Amino acid sequence: MSLEVNDLRVHYRTLKGDVRALDGVSFDVADGEIVGLAGESGCGKTTLGKSLIRLDGRMRHVGGTVALDGEELPIGDDRAMNKRRFKDVSIIPQYSMSAMNPTRRIGRMIADLLGSRGIAYRDLKRELVQRLELVGLPEKVLDNYPIELSGGMKQRMVMVISTLLDPSLLIADEVTSALDVSNQKAVAETLVRFRDMGFVKSMIVVTHDLSLVYQIADTIMVMYAGRIVEKASAETIVKAPQHPYTKALISALPEVGLEYGDRKLKSIPGKPPQLLNPPTGCRFRARCPLAGDECAEQPPLVGIDRGHEAACWKLEESNARA
Amino acid sequence: MGRYFRRKLLIYGVTFVIAVTINFAIPRMMPGDPIARMLAQNKVSNVESAARMHAYYNDLFGLDVPLWQQYLNYWGALFQGDLGVSLFAFPSPVSSVVLDALPYTLGLLLPAILLSWFVGNGLGAIAARSKWLDNTALPVSYLLTAVPYMWLAILLAWVGGVILGWFPVAGGYSFSFSGPQFSWNFIVDALHHWFLPFLSLFLVALGGWAIGMRNLVIYELESDYSNYMQTLGAPRRLVRRYAFRNAMLPQISGLALQLGVVVGGALVTEVVFAYPGLGSLVLDAIQNQDFFLLQGILLFIVIGVLVFNFLADVVYVLVDPRTRLGLEGGAS
Ligand SMILES: Nc1ncnc2c1ncn2[C@@H]1O[C@H](COP(=O)(O)OP(=O)(O)O)[C@@H](O)[C@H]1O
Ligand code: SF4
Ligand SMILES: [Mg+2]
Repeated sequence: MSLEVNDLRVHYRTLKGDVRALDGVSFDVADGEIVGLAGESGCGKTTLGKSLIRLDGRMRHVGGTVALDGEELPIGDDRAMNKRRFKDVSIIPQYSMSAMNPTRRIGRMIADLLGSRGIAYRDLKRELVQRLELVGLPEKVLDNYPIELSGGMKQRMVMVISTLLDPSLLIADEVTSALDVSNQKAVAETLVRFRDMGFVKSMIVVTHDLSLVYQIADTIMVMYAGRIVEKASAETIVKAPQHPYTKALISALPEVGLEYGDRKLKSIPGKPPQLLNPPTGCRFRARCPLAGDECAEQPPLVGIDRGHEAACWKLEESNARA
Repeated sequence: MGRYFRRKLLIYGVTFVIAVTINFAIPRMMPGDPIARMLAQNKVSNVESAARMHAYYNDLFGLDVPLWQQYLNYWGALFQGDLGVSLFAFPSPVSSVVLDALPYTLGLLLPAILLSWFVGNGLGAIAARSKWLDNTALPVSYLLTAVPYMWLAILLAWVGGVILGWFPVAGGYSFSFSGPQFSWNFIVDALHHWFLPFLSLFLVALGGWAIGMRNLVIYELESDYSNYMQTLGAPRRLVRRYAFRNAMLPQISGLALQLGVVVGGALVTEVVFAYPGLGSLVLDAIQNQDFFLLQGILLFIVIGVLVFNFLADVVYVLVDPRTRLGLEGGAS
């Protein structure tokens, strides 16, 4: 097991109270596995990604544990985490377009960064240049300022920087959202290549774009309102989803949704709930076509099949309807 | 980039020509005989000297030649540093009256602006990372910038000069000296007179720099690149170094802009502390209706502002790769 997350709870402290953005999240990621993390905007995907590497000032680790390669990740302890960042866990942030210091040449910035970790830039330069070539960037970008790179180039540059120390776990947050279609495809393929070449052991790819993550992920996790509602192989999530929320997400997809024959495309009515005072019971209840009395209790995440879990009281009924 | 500077130079050049032209036009647009009027107003009653001055100005204006010729002559004189003769300090030429006052103004404003810039930026940068200093330095800074300058200056003059009696409250040097001279005694005396007006200018500018720097550093520390560095485990020291450097960039152009107003003098300061300098000179010129002197000072101020604004433009572009590269991209 590369990554084990157990009942993780992370809240945002606000003046109005705690926003429970992660409310009891448990999952594993195996060595070499690419896990896609999907769900509508505001479901807590970014929060989960950030929790695994760096809590920002308003985030509080309220409960639960995270272990990476059998060793605990001290996510609530910024100092202790610092040693693990970049080397063990790394992230390609949502804001890659502005992730690099605009007033420093990229090579200098990397040298500063490595130097601060006690690594000589010289020693890694050859490897760095090779990886740049791999993603189609010439060596001379190291002498450029970020402003001189196009959006796609910046994205690839940040990908190379984040994975330079061969982290065990890589979190990629909406890495394709800011790009055009051809760049999206290239970036997605590069992520797979990085895994295949052993630059990173395992990966969590955060996206609201299920069709993209379907192409590269081994496993897909669907999040709703701070909890995981379904986890299964990418194939199963797209072809045979069990949870009413996953079904709604899939049927809202244009190209994949077509496989459902004559069912019409529809977006899911309503919005995910506020996490300041989340509703009790199943959080999808207000939007769920199957909701019933038992749904006032929170459904547990239970195994359905090998590697397939879902959290819903009416899985069988939901199957019958599909 | 070259195109950018050429365009800027052109703009500043045109501004300069317009300013000089206005300077040229004002006395000529006044109704009646400007020379006779000025002589009358300045009560040059001595018939001989009045006649001499009338002849001199007639000659200077060259009122007997066509206007375009007068205009060219005016430019010609200007390039030779000839700004005419001051009425109120007759018969000193305007240029020497202005040059005499200039050292006081520069000696007061340059140190005040530069020192407040250094100290303010230092304080601001530290306040951005120290809760304790932020809670003490920041309110003081806001107080300093919020206080009306006039009030602060009078307070300083009153406390330092009247109550404590540590500093003289008027003049650039004591009356016991007949004029500026190079002697140890004179320098000490001049510094003694210089201190209070300097302090008032220093204090009032300090708060602004400190607040600006603090906010800039905090902004940079919360920016995406700072966050990214931290997720990659960069130590605080490195993150702060980057933030500080980037926060300095707008402050550097701000300094260049501030220096532009130096030449205008600090009118209020020089009035409150009865300190010699361009500011007091402006006042003298107005009170004595000395248009030539006023024109001369105005020209100085215009040149100063233009030169330093251009400098600010240059600095702004050179210091920040974003603007520099943006311009290079645009020019090619
Ligand atoms: N800084 C913050 N302060 C308070 N609430 C926040 C903050 N950031 C995110 N949230 C809340 O946490 C929830 C999850 O947000 P996020 O993790 O960004 O979702 P996603 O990445 O899935 O779009 C949302 O309800 C959002 O409103
Ligand atoms: S538990 Fe109930 S409300 Fe929740 S998804 Fe299942 S059927 Fe819908
Ligand atoms: Mg997000």
